[in-house]
Amino acid sequence: MTAIPARLTLSRDYQPILIAACFIVAILVAGTAYTWQRFGSAPLLSPNYLLQQLQIGAFLGIVAAGMMLVILISQIDLSIPWTLTAAAMMATAVGGAWAIPVGLAVGLAVGIVNGLGVAYLRVPSMIFTLGVNAVMRGLMVAHTGGYAPQTAATGLMRNLASGRSFGVPNALFVWLAVSLAVVIILQRMALGRYIYAIGNKEAAAYLAGVNTRGVTVICFALCGLTAGIAGVLLAGYSQKAYQGMGDPYLLPSIAAVVIGGTHILGGRGRYLGTLIGVILIVLLNSVLSIMEMPEAGRQVIYGGVIILMLLVYGRGERVTS
Amino acid sequence: MADNLAIRLRQNFAFLTALALFGVIYVLYQAAHPKGFSSAVLVQNGNEVFTLAMVAMAQTVPVLMAGLDLSVGALMTMVDCFASYLLSGAAEGTPLALDLAGLHLALGTLPGGIVGIGLGMVICLVIGTLAGLLNGAIVVYGRIQPIIATLATGAIYIGIALFLRPQPGGKIDDDLNWAMTNSLGDFASTVHIFNDGTAPWFAPFAWIPTPFVLLVLIALLVWVPFRRSVTGRTIYAIGSAEGAAYMSGLDINRAKIAAFTLGGFFAACGGLFLAIQTSSGNADIPQAGAYTLNSIASVVIGGTSLLGGTGGAIGSIFGALILRVISFFFRIFDIAPLLQPLFEGIILLAAVSIGALRVLRVRNTLELFR
Amino acid sequence: MTAATGGQFLVLSGISKRYGGVRALENVDFACKRGEIHAVLGENGAGKSTLIKIIAGVVAPDAGELRLDGALRAFPNPAAAAAAGIVCIFQELSLMPDLSVADNISILSPPRRFGMIDTRAQRRRAEALLAEVGCEDVNPVLRVRDLPLSRRQMVEIAKALGQKPRLLILDEATSALTRADVEKVYALLDRLKSENVAILYITHRMHEVEALADRASVFRNGRHIETFDKGARSTAQIVQLMIGRDIAAQYPAKPVRPRPQPALKIENLSWNNRLENISLDVGAGEVVGLGGLDGQGQRTLLLALFGVLRGVTGRVSVNGRAARPGSPAQAKRRETGIALVPEDRKTEGLMLPMSITDNLAIASLPSLSSGPFVDGAKEDRAVDAAIERLHIRVGARSDAVSTLSGGNQQKVVIAKWLMTEPRIILLNDPTRGIDVGTKQELYRLVRELADQGAAVLFYSTDYDELIGCCDRVAIMYDGRILRELEGDELNETNIIASALNIEAGAGTAGAIKAAHG
Repeated sequence: MTAIPARLTLSRDYQPILIAACFIVAILVAGTAYTWQRFGSAPLLSPNYLLQQLQIGAFLGIVAAGMMLVILISQIDLSIPWTLTAAAMMATAVGGAWAIPVGLAVGLAVGIVNGLGVAYLRVPSMIFTLGVNAVMRGLMVAHTGGYAPQTAATGLMRNLASGRSFGVPNALFVWLAVSLAVVIILQRMALGRYIYAIGNKEAAAYLAGVNTRGVTVICFALCGLTAGIAGVLLAGYSQKAYQGMGDPYLLPSIAAVVIGGTHILGGRGRYLGTLIGVILIVLLNSVLSIMEMPEAGRQVIYGGVIILMLLVYGRGERVTS
Repeated sequence: MADNLAIRLRQNFAFLTALALFGVIYVLYQAAHPKGFSSAVLVQNGNEVFTLAMVAMAQTVPVLMAGLDLSVGALMTMVDCFASYLLSGAAEGTPLALDLAGLHLALGTLPGGIVGIGLGMVICLVIGTLAGLLNGAIVVYGRIQPIIATLATGAIYIGIALFLRPQPGGKIDDDLNWAMTNSLGDFASTVHIFNDGTAPWFAPFAWIPTPFVLLVLIALLVWVPFRRSVTGRTIYAIGSAEGAAYMSGLDINRAKIAAFTLGGFFAACGGLFLAIQTSSGNADIPQAGAYTLNSIASVVIGGTSLLGGTGGAIGSIFGALILRVISFFFRIFDIAPLLQPLFEGIILLAAVSIGALRVLRVRNTLELFR
Repeated sequence: MTAATGGQFLVLSGISKRYGGVRALENVDFACKRGEIHAVLGENGAGKSTLIKIIAGVVAPDAGELRLDGALRAFPNPAAAAAAGIVCIFQELSLMPDLSVADNISILSPPRRFGMIDTRAQRRRAEALLAEVGCEDVNPVLRVRDLPLSRRQMVEIAKALGQKPRLLILDEATSALTRADVEKVYALLDRLKSENVAILYITHRMHEVEALADRASVFRNGRHIETFDKGARSTAQIVQLMIGRDIAAQYPAKPVRPRPQPALKIENLSWNNRLENISLDVGAGEVVGLGGLDGQGQRTLLLALFGVLRGVTGRVSVNGRAARPGSPAQAKRRETGIALVPEDRKTEGLMLPMSITDNLAIASLPSLSSGPFVDGAKEDRAVDAAIERLHIRVGARSDAVSTLSGGNQQKVVIAKWLMTEPRIILLNDPTRGIDVGTKQELYRLVRELADQGAAVLFYSTDYDELIGCCDRVAIMYDGRILRELEGDELNETNIIASALNIEAGAGTAGAIKAAHG
């Protein structure tokens, strides 16, 4: 029996990205048709509008970047909401020059705890990060007395989140930096190979001498760090931290990663897909806003779009022997 | 024979631990309660536990197949909102109409009185079961992983709930509310059976909270027969080794669809009760999320493995009970409300990490990756 | 070649199957009768597995007909084939580990009462079937997960029996069994034969073919080559039919030289009551074998040396320095330099969906990197060199490793480790399930590696291999090393005797031969 070269693996990874990109175009077209008919203008196509959408998308994008690393090793991080919030609250509480480092440190620390629990205690990540999320919420509620903290974001935080350099929102530069880091890790570093290997078959990676526990801790640490970055930025954007600010980022970040072609069980996926997934979700949200769609309709469309996209390309293999 | 008993005890170790843990903390709770061991407290506990217990049962079935259902909270909420329209019990009946995108569709009139209420409850359960069926169909025929499929359908169900009740509202028949949320004696007197609850043979049972009876009935009449059916066992088989289950000739697709459908039914029961208990429909998104996440915690605490193949819905009921009783403790010990979420979080984390102690005993690292 | 249909129970005509561009089966005609044991032989990739899967309903053929008892049939899934009386015992067991033995045995159509499963009747049924295969000691209430591998295989056989097969197919079904259980299976097959069941038996072991088969068929490259009766062909002729060419000496020559200094020195190694006081030396340039019955601790010893097990006591040293790695990551480090080729390449040796490059480089990435970044050009060169050194037949190195044949996949696993330039090479049954041609290459490679200075510890379940490849063989029994054989003492009689923990005296050799064929 002769083996034939299978170049399918390459296009299998890129196929979802292509389809998602087409979908983005479809959303833009549909939205522009609506606004043209309704308002006689095409705000969706104006560069300023698009930049603004990307700026808002940066927060989700940064969270999704970290989430992708964790999903690639067949895990999940449900502690994002309150890690983000805690980082924001701690940053604003500390203030001054230490604000941002403290915020990032909070995210990193929570991520490391997650990693240790999953890698060394072998508690399923779904349930461990769930518990950590609850603990972070408890800590923040106890710390703030249940209200939004009165402290404000520092000038640097505000500038990074809302300011612009050379006409481009600073938040986009942060997102770009995070993206570059993730791409370099996944494509050019041994760490990236180890991540894909563990996601594919942890036992084989372990027996090949990969430090599977160490890599797991690193992935969760990075995910926590990105949550911290997003928290700091979001606090800068809103000028302060508030209760529940992280909640809207959990499910959309998972959805963005999956829509981008990363397999939910890990081992497969490219970062470009996650980027496209984030843009798709953000644009969808904004088009629905312009259409003044009530929340009920938005939820239904959001769910329907995810299913539709997955039906088109995310089909799993038939499980036989 | 004694050998087999020992074997069975060992196989059900996690469940028995949950059972024992619940027993201990519940007795402690009643002992510490100023009005402990009274029917009133039992009834109150029953009401506060029922919905979570049902949602935990709903979560158990997909988890047994090594999957997950992230839509259980949303499904429950959706049925809750439907119920707030269908259970008003108005004597002249309830006209039903659909207002969507400027169109008005009249759907007929729900009869009044007990018939209407009965029909309304049946319709709610059917809606929930169909939603579960939809979940199953998407997972099986769409070949989409359960976690992401149900994340999407959950958004759809919460959207429908929001559409039905953008603001909390609705009306539940008062008699229905009274009958379901109190003790059996009150139930009997409202429904006019057993001589309005005064029949002498009935007296020893009159104090039992109705939610508790409902829970036992649903567990015994729905879960147990299902678990012991071929389809039920197929679900365990799929969770244990899906490839082997296929090679053995089991009908995988039918079992998966059945699993999600049953989950939908259980979640619908929870939503129905919640509506009756709160006498309104409320499309509360954070609450739906909390129920979903708490259902996962209940399943784990109750002894079902997230890897599938072992455990059961009855264990999840006790997991839910344990979670709720812990929050009851906060009330009676007057823990500062600000510290309650922290304690809940720590206890949750500790509870799920206890299973990790087993890991420390493993001598062959390869076993951890199976 | 068309098979006569007279009296044949199963007849396949013109069966073809392609997977993408690969022709798994090409216009195959095949037939087998009731009441006979029919062996199916062939290298990996010859098409045996595909043939079996088509008969058992796991896959559908692209072309051709299948007739059962004269009637034209098509099986869309395993359940349909089972309903027609075709039962298959695969190498990968079809048992659910978390379900009980009784549940597994009656998984498809259990006895029922009021619509629910009747657990008591089910348990009685399991007890009866287990008794039929001679395993009365297995408690049906136990979870399959709690049974040792050999017992699980017997449960699988009991389950197959319970489906009342008219045609029973065994695919390497005895590979995991203890010798005692193998005897029980042979007896069972004889009994089924007398009950007019048709039996298809796939095996790589020649002595099984000689012992059991009434007829044998050879497949090669997806085609049916020949069917012949018992005794009509010699082993050499059969092997030639299987690989299509003459094979010269099977094993490379062993150098004669004095025992070198130990590169790997094991002293009083114990673990968890499974390994007891193991002491063994392996010198640089030596190939030392581990022999004995299955499950006596050989695999466990290799895992212990590689750092996978916790709680290992005793001393292990490599070139005089203490070497008790706590994980494979530590074991492969330069100072220690231990490599392990694991038991199951599909779940332990390879990441199947990943590329050949990724699989080859995964263990040696630190040496292929400059700083934190992987040097792509260096990696490609190293990968190409490895592919060439082991003559791995690949399309492109970016292809998924799942596209390779079994033998080539195993070569990738070995090549991966050779790229780390190990001092000590542990081989965990490396030729299991590999075709004859690749086996030859691997034997040569093992000797070559030893000649280049590595110390090789070679576990094999095949006595011929141990005798042919190893300078010395340590026989293990019950977690201890019973005896070391070398030189003239290294022969099959001694190996079997030690494996069974009996003294090999004058008459023992004949007695053993009579009992085991």
